Amino acid sequence: MPIYLALKELWRNKGRFFLVSLVIGLITTLVIFVGALAEGLGAGNREYLQKLNGELIVYNKNADLLIGFSRLGRDKLSEIQRVPGVEDVGPISFSSVSILLGGDKRLNISLVGVEPGRPGAPPALTGQELKSRSSREAVIERSMALRTGLKVGDKFTIKSTQGTKDQFYTLQVIGISDGRQYSLQPAAFVPLLTWDEIKPSPIVEDNKGELTSNVIAVHLDNPNDLKPVKQRIEEQVAEVVAVDRVTAYQNTPGYSAQQSTLNTQGTFVLIIGTLVIGGFFQIQTLQKVPQTGMLKAIGTSNATIALAAIVQIVVVTLLGVVIGGVAVLALKLSFPPTIPIVFTGNAALAGIVSIMLIGPIGGIVSIRYALRVEPLKALGL
Amino acid sequence: MATVLETKSVNKTYELGTSIIRAVQDVSVSVQAGEFVALVGPSGSGKTTLLAMLAGLLKPSGGNILIDGTELGKMSDAERTRFRRERIGFTFQANNLVPFLTARENVELMLRLNGRLNREGKERAQELLVRLGLSDRLRNLPRQLSGGQQQRVAIARALIHNPSVVLADEPTASLDTERAFQVVETFASLIHEQKRAGIMVTHDLRMCQHADRMIQMMDGLVVRVIKDKSEIHEIARTSKIEGPTIQEIQTSLSGRKSASMSQRSTMPA
Repeated sequence: MPIYLALKELWRNKGRFFLVSLVIGLITTLVIFVGALAEGLGAGNREYLQKLNGELIVYNKNADLLIGFSRLGRDKLSEIQRVPGVEDVGPISFSSVSILLGGDKRLNISLVGVEPGRPGAPPALTGQELKSRSSREAVIERSMALRTGLKVGDKFTIKSTQGTKDQFYTLQVIGISDGRQYSLQPAAFVPLLTWDEIKPSPIVEDNKGELTSNVIAVHLDNPNDLKPVKQRIEEQVAEVVAVDRVTAYQNTPGYSAQQSTLNTQGTFVLIIGTLVIGGFFQIQTLQKVPQTGMLKAIGTSNATIALAAIVQIVVVTLLGVVIGGVAVLALKLSFPPTIPIVFTGNAALAGIVSIMLIGPIGGIVSIRYALRVEPLKALGL
Repeated sequence: MATVLETKSVNKTYELGTSIIRAVQDVSVSVQAGEFVALVGPSGSGKTTLLAMLAGLLKPSGGNILIDGTELGKMSDAERTRFRRERIGFTFQANNLVPFLTARENVELMLRLNGRLNREGKERAQELLVRLGLSDRLRNLPRQLSGGQQQRVAIARALIHNPSVVLADEPTASLDTERAFQVVETFASLIHEQKRAGIMVTHDLRMCQHADRMIQMMDGLVVRVIKDKSEIHEIARTSKIEGPTIQEIQTSLSGRKSASMSQRSTMPA
């Protein structure tokens, strides 16, 4: 009975209800879109650290977990290597450079220096991984390959400002890894010695002569021993701090602020959605007071009236979610892969579930109101 | 004939500040199966309050209401809702129909609510609507029907589930005189034919033409009960209400030219 009443009313007023579904569809699109933007921007920031083949990342203690401020010498590398529970260590250095794309076109990328075969070195999905410790070779990650069109075997030129002069270095692509952006830039991975040679540098270098890295990636014998090994590293190696990967990327400059901003936007969209749905059904309920009163007077139970309202809210919301889903799919197909918007199944599902929940939540007030309708008053008896 | 509805010393009082309003006082009536009763009286006389109590929409402050021997006052809200659904048919002054259901679906609604809609029920709904002259309006939504047609659909809905009691609150209030007269005539004939206990609240004495009994209320009290058909006809005929007389309506309905509308009846007190 409730389903019959709900569907008949929906069908005979389909224009009005479709408009609400359309609004819910737009809200769904917005929720998923903001989620995809958060995912895309977040991935652009954290991708490399998130996929790192090491469980701990060691910083200079005074760097406040800011990779750019952290400097660790070779001595720390060997000290950490000796800590019980550590299987392997890999120094990692980061800098930002431009690559020349022909004509005046340039692309800023993250140049990441790693030790071939050690934690921090990326796997190659096509081509081969870094092997030589000092060659002019690079493994580039997926987004860089997409944005530049570089393939295995191609060469590209890096412009690096050293002192007051621009220096140009040509590297050969030997492999392409999965997406491993860092600091919202496509990334190229080179041997640490090569990185040290071509990195942009100021006029005066603090540690001239010594090969330093920003951080050290640590691969553990047993990944479950994260806490004890972290503790041992911090106790046995002076002036260092070790954190897991999540803590590392959450402390990437701007990452948390960016994510919380986008999450706040998403939350507000959900609140607005709740109010829109709630408002519509509330107005609808107010318009239907005489009808509800009549239904109650002829013996329709409160349960039937409430269930009919819930069915309507669910159907309208579901239709809205379907409309939103189709819109998102169309958007996804129309966006080039270089735009930092990533529609993941989980994020889309979270958006859809949220919208499906806000429908009934928004409608609670109207259902409550409908249940309180007094037949005598509603019918003016 | 068996007594279907019985009230015993029914009262309804409201407290308004320090004063007590006695809307219905000590009303004891009974209605038999197949009897059509007109409940009349001026505004504020308590007739609608009494009707609401008979329908189980309002609890009496005192006294008993029995329908088919079942005491309404002892029921819970849910039980009364169910009782209304199963045993009572109801038509109202306005907002009678579900706006998004067709005429036929509105009638079938009572069978659906009672879980009794089957092929036979659907056929009965159609037959009833045809009988009420709505054969070409079965698929029309209420907004596509005139006021009189809507009232006839409401009458069909009030009768379709074979209720013991059929209550009508001012069913003719929003209709023109001719349509009102037709609606009451149909309503009364169906009550008689189907052996229901029918009660109609009206302030228009002309509409009592087909009533078997007239109960007149004043200030919450039953002041007069008229059983004599000829006396009821005389009251209806001489009713002091603005509009055409019974004769004029009957003349008009039989296809003759309507008599002068300026001729007004003179009424008994």
